[in-house]
Amino acid sequence: MTTPQTQTDHTSRQESNTMREAFKNHLVTIEKDMMAMADMVTLAINKSIIALKEQDVATAKIIRNDDQFINDKRWEIEEKCISLIATQQPVATDLRELIAVLSIITDLERMGDYAEGIAKIVIKLGDTPLVKPLIDIPRMEEIAVEMTRASMKAYSVRDDQAARRINKQDDQVDELYHQVQRELISIMLEKPSTITASTKLLWVAHNLERIADRVTNICERIVFLVTGEMIENIREE
Amino acid sequence: MIQMLNRVSRFFNPLQSTTGAGQADIPQAFMHPGYSENMHAASGQKSPVSSREQSLTSSSQKTRVTSSEQSPDSSGGKSADPSAGKKSRMETRDLTVTYGTTIGVKEVSIPIYDKEVLALIGPSGCGKTTYLRALNRMHDLTRIAKVTGQVLLDGKDIYHKDVNPVNIRRRIGMVFQKPTPFPTMSIYDNVIAGLKLVGIRKKSLLDEVCERALTQAALFDEVKDRLKQPGSELSGGQQQRLSIARALAVDPEVLLMDEPTSSLDPQSTNRIEELIHTLKDHVTIVIVTHNMQQAARISDRTAFFYVGNLIEVGATNDLFTKPKQNQTEAYISGRFG
Repeated sequence: MTTPQTQTDHTSRQESNTMREAFKNHLVTIEKDMMAMADMVTLAINKSIIALKEQDVATAKIIRNDDQFINDKRWEIEEKCISLIATQQPVATDLRELIAVLSIITDLERMGDYAEGIAKIVIKLGDTPLVKPLIDIPRMEEIAVEMTRASMKAYSVRDDQAARRINKQDDQVDELYHQVQRELISIMLEKPSTITASTKLLWVAHNLERIADRVTNICERIVFLVTGEMIENIREE
Repeated sequence: MIQMLNRVSRFFNPLQSTTGAGQADIPQAFMHPGYSENMHAASGQKSPVSSREQSLTSSSQKTRVTSSEQSPDSSGGKSADPSAGKKSRMETRDLTVTYGTTIGVKEVSIPIYDKEVLALIGPSGCGKTTYLRALNRMHDLTRIAKVTGQVLLDGKDIYHKDVNPVNIRRRIGMVFQKPTPFPTMSIYDNVIAGLKLVGIRKKSLLDEVCERALTQAALFDEVKDRLKQPGSELSGGQQQRLSIARALAVDPEVLLMDEPTSSLDPQSTNRIEELIHTLKDHVTIVIVTHNMQQAARISDRTAFFYVGNLIEVGATNDLFTKPKQNQTEAYISGRFG
């Protein structure tokens, strides 16, 4: 026969488990929201470069306007995190997860701003012919988007080694950026009339380089989430 | 058009097929046809969240006692080890307490540093109070209790046959879960009871000590005009601070606190926590608490006990952000206990 005391213990344990389940569900929802936000950001980056290649001002305007949705998503996730911290007082891995999310969504939001920046450049360029064929810039975009997606995958499976590997790809983006920079400077020196248009392309490359840098921040947060260590310039061990 | 939108939504939401998450999470405006080109490449990715859900399940199954968990980590945190540079005031070495055939705590070794707050946490019956009571020989009063191992105070074993337990309890004071004012005594007499016990009668000295102890316990201003009233007339929080004042009156080097705020309201709890924060400038404090947020707020280091074993001890900051043992993580995260 169950004693009243045991019954009470059992009930409170059940309640505790249910609350724990609810908390876990909130964490899963936050992660899903962050993944959705990352998809919005990668799409914006990808489409901004397509818009540049095709000098598609209409799409660029949509990207510029839709950045607001990325910003809104960031605030929505942040609010959920703050609410969970306030009401559940998470510790250990749960706490690190929320801190990591808060940091990652800030980076994602800034990456969205860089995509918006590229879209604005496309709008400003309008029909002005591009000063050079776009080869390295789309390659930078490809790597940056690939890094972003891989970082989200590493986050979802809590793989700090993968995060360290992704970080290395930033070097490739930096290298391409310097190459684009050198090339555009040569063009400007050769043909000063192209300075305005060249500078705009330089800004596009700069934005992509910054996007990749932001992914390295995300990777650092993944390492923090998994290991608890806050390390800058992480590399595969 | 519909096909195109479907393609777009797949691109936006590679999670959709396996988790059901997502399309609703993405603003419709992002589904604009302008985004539709080259999107099929991203479709058909495996759901990362699905993996996360799996990992949540598996991680909760990982918690188990391993041989490595039997030997607690006492390294503390690398970043802000509060014990760095401090000397050890007390220390237990392989401390075991048994009640007949029941083991209360088993071979617990912890250094307790000078002027630190060490919190002992763990589920009910884990041995934290048993450990605390061993630190000032309270088990001497329990006939079936047997203590083995060593408890060192300034390097000397307090269980040595030549040591007088009364002297030890003067140097190592204790505050209990429930406020324990002597009901027939006035506030004043409560505070100086310990001094009178050792034969001090000089009024000026007793007055001075009473004021100092009540001030240290953050109670003096509230009771200075009614020192002759019974201690039992004070509120619960004030009675607990009176108990602390009584413990402080004999100028202890170490103060043991056994869930001192468990019967108090939040405001009184806050006063006691503030008091602990102030007191650690003068005394070493070891506190048992069931309230993990309290342990996180007030202690420099935390020790986690489970079924009589010390599982982990380290800097509070590290223990609550990156515990080294699965059991600690599970307990402080509320997964058991």
